Amino acid sequence: MNFTRRAALMTSAAIAANVVDPFRAFAQTTPRKGGVFVVHYGAEQRQLNPSIQASTGVYIVSGKIQEPLVDLDAAGNPVGVLAESWESTPDGKTITFKLRRNVTWHDGKPFTSADVQFTAMEMWKKVLNYGTTLQLFLTAVDTPDAHTAIFRYERPMPLNLLLRALPDLGYITAKHLYENGDVRQNPLNLAPVGTGPFKFVQYERGQHIIADRHDGYWKGPANLDRIVWRVITDRSAAAAQMEAGQLHYSPFSGLTISDMARLAKDRRFIVSTKGNEGNARTNTLEFNFRRRELADIKVRQAIAHAINVPFFIENFLGDFAKLGTGPIPSVSTDFYPGPNTPQYPYDKARAIRLLDEAGLRPGAGGTRLTLRLLPAPWGEDISLWATFIQQSLGEVGIRVEVVRNDGGGFLKSVYADHAFDLATGWHQYRNDPAVSTTVWYRSGQPAGAPWTNQWGWKDDVIDKVIDDAATEVDPVKRKALYAEFVTKANAALPLWMPIEQIFVTTITARARNHSNTPRWGSSSWHDLWLAE
Amino acid sequence: MRVLSLAGRRLAASIPTLILILVGVFLLLQFAPGDTVDAMMAQMGGGDARTAEDLRRFYGLDLSVSAQLGNYLWRLVRFDLGFSAIYGKPVATVIAERLPATILLMTASLSFAFFFGLILGVIAARGVNKWPDTLISTVGLIFYATPSFWFGLMAIVVFSIYLQWLPAGGLSDITSTATGIRAVLDTARHLILPTLTLGLIFLAIYLRIMRASMLEVLNLDFVRTARSKGLDETRIITRHVLRNALLPMVTLIGLQAGTMLGGSVVVESVFSLPGLGRLAYESVVQRDLNTLLGIIFVSALLVITVNFIVDLIYARLDPRITTGV
Repeated sequence: MNFTRRAALMTSAAIAANVVDPFRAFAQTTPRKGGVFVVHYGAEQRQLNPSIQASTGVYIVSGKIQEPLVDLDAAGNPVGVLAESWESTPDGKTITFKLRRNVTWHDGKPFTSADVQFTAMEMWKKVLNYGTTLQLFLTAVDTPDAHTAIFRYERPMPLNLLLRALPDLGYITAKHLYENGDVRQNPLNLAPVGTGPFKFVQYERGQHIIADRHDGYWKGPANLDRIVWRVITDRSAAAAQMEAGQLHYSPFSGLTISDMARLAKDRRFIVSTKGNEGNARTNTLEFNFRRRELADIKVRQAIAHAINVPFFIENFLGDFAKLGTGPIPSVSTDFYPGPNTPQYPYDKARAIRLLDEAGLRPGAGGTRLTLRLLPAPWGEDISLWATFIQQSLGEVGIRVEVVRNDGGGFLKSVYADHAFDLATGWHQYRNDPAVSTTVWYRSGQPAGAPWTNQWGWKDDVIDKVIDDAATEVDPVKRKALYAEFVTKANAALPLWMPIEQIFVTTITARARNHSNTPRWGSSSWHDLWLAE
Repeated sequence: MRVLSLAGRRLAASIPTLILILVGVFLLLQFAPGDTVDAMMAQMGGGDARTAEDLRRFYGLDLSVSAQLGNYLWRLVRFDLGFSAIYGKPVATVIAERLPATILLMTASLSFAFFFGLILGVIAARGVNKWPDTLISTVGLIFYATPSFWFGLMAIVVFSIYLQWLPAGGLSDITSTATGIRAVLDTARHLILPTLTLGLIFLAIYLRIMRASMLEVLNLDFVRTARSKGLDETRIITRHVLRNALLPMVTLIGLQAGTMLGGSVVVESVFSLPGLGRLAYESVVQRDLNTLLGIIFVSALLVITVNFIVDLIYARLDPRITTGV
């Protein structure tokens, strides 16, 4: 009797473990060697070197070929890849990395501190998007020996900021292959050479990229024989190819929302946000303060109160999104200040009262105000969200004209020409608010810089909080400063970030050891394998 | 020889058209908001102002529009299509890589549409207003009215997912290492669905033209003469009617060679084929002016060539065109 009860308890515990972590159940079995893993590649990039272009479209390929100094472990903490250890001086101006020994490039040359120095000074500081901002005050990288790199900064660099930025902005490129000529025009940018578990084989533009296992990998050879990235631009076609068994993995919400929801019910696939926690984003609603009416805080508050965000999420985005509470998403455990910052819950009566108080009375046909809304063309959720905003605001007497552009047109109109009243797109959160979040609020951004404060709005107090936080070395004080930032930013409401999303992975149920780190799609996949 | 000089004159006349098209497209794209750096920023998902400024200088976008246009035309005179911003390679190379897939798809579906359009048109014309005619015309209308992306996706759902007979996309099976005849067969298998998808719409047009043309010729005096001579019906159709009814079909091929290039954007996307249509679409979205102008240039050349060949075929089918009677 006792035995039976214990067995029953153990069984239910095992089931519970599966519910909490469906991937763990498979982690115990012995990896099968071999196999070809086929990946959906939705948007071809102009080049594939992650040291000079920070984007998921690059990492999804080159993250298997080149490696960063640091990556994130399963719990989201920095873990050394090409760096073994690191330390910072108390003033935060000198950060020393001890580098891994006995690592070689795919061409057989050894990896040394000279590669780190070259990549940091010539690529991160000069070319890499976001890297140029992050490393603005980097003055030199010293290399006392082949396995030590000392980063010297003019202003304090918080160690935690650097370590959270480096998984994306810390890929190393071989100096001996790049030291001659313009790094941007190096032909190896389309045939990357790295230290990772897979080495580049072939890139047929518009068709596929192939990489094979590198047997000399420093962690030991990977399980897979080969990875193939297939270029498929049509999302529905990609879903069809998943079903036909021609594709194993579609990363970063590469399929349509309806196809992902459909495949989630199919036992052959796993559809989940797991493994993408390091790629959080929020949906925005951006206000142009050059429109007199929108410069009034009451009008902005009214607009936020007029939109029923939970209804939108439930009916259009489903399980893949949740209510947002500001510029720092809740997955960012190091910086999330909690939900008790100024929020704007759905309240139509209040929205109408605020508009009345702002002096916007209904005119002919009940219209108080007409606004142009520019949605970014990146995803179908933005398009749906724009239509939802249009209809919601129509109910409180604000007529919205939706003006749709392609990518280049959108960025130019909003961030360079300021030819918008409302705009909506994605804010990408990159594990630390200083990387790509505070630029949405900091004043003094030059016109034409996409995804920055181009609202015609400036707040000296918020500017100061942002600047202080960026150079604050003490992690506790830093977290408090960012909580203050979110509170003040939500109260001032120069833009609104009411929806939080994490990219969705669609992957074959035969894959093992997948989605086990917060930026798994970008990571090296050295332990990934395919079951029979 | 007369026909050659005729065609030659038409060839010469198309050069000003070509230049007008290129200048027009160049100016039109200047009106589109955003440049290739904006598009690149959009693709990267982020970047700072310094990066953008650097890139503009790198791509030579700091020059004036007239200077950029002048540079382009001067390069074109020397048969230099320039350098592609997206691909980091000469435009000529980029296009040369994509041309085989496009031409393969185009010839396959055009031949399919022409051949079956011809046969079905003849059958429909012979049984005019009887059940074969009604059936063929109705089916043709359905093909014509259905959007090709839907056709393509449904074909994938039926033949690739449910029946698993044919691959769902791509030009060849990358995971296999077949060579020689097996590689050719593999590519052929991959091309069946896209060819049918692209061809069915054109099939509808061809069969209707063929039917109308056949009906017209069947009523002419020489057919009545042939019949009164006692020739059997099949011989009349093949020897006398068909040859005369073919002229409008040949005209249509010349016209549609251009449409086929543009029309394949959708089919190339649905079946993930690396063709010129998708390249053109990407060049517009990425504001890669050099590549787009290069594609227009090559497409125009292709259309001109096809029309030249059509002129020659006219002469073969109808000797009156050569003699000028």
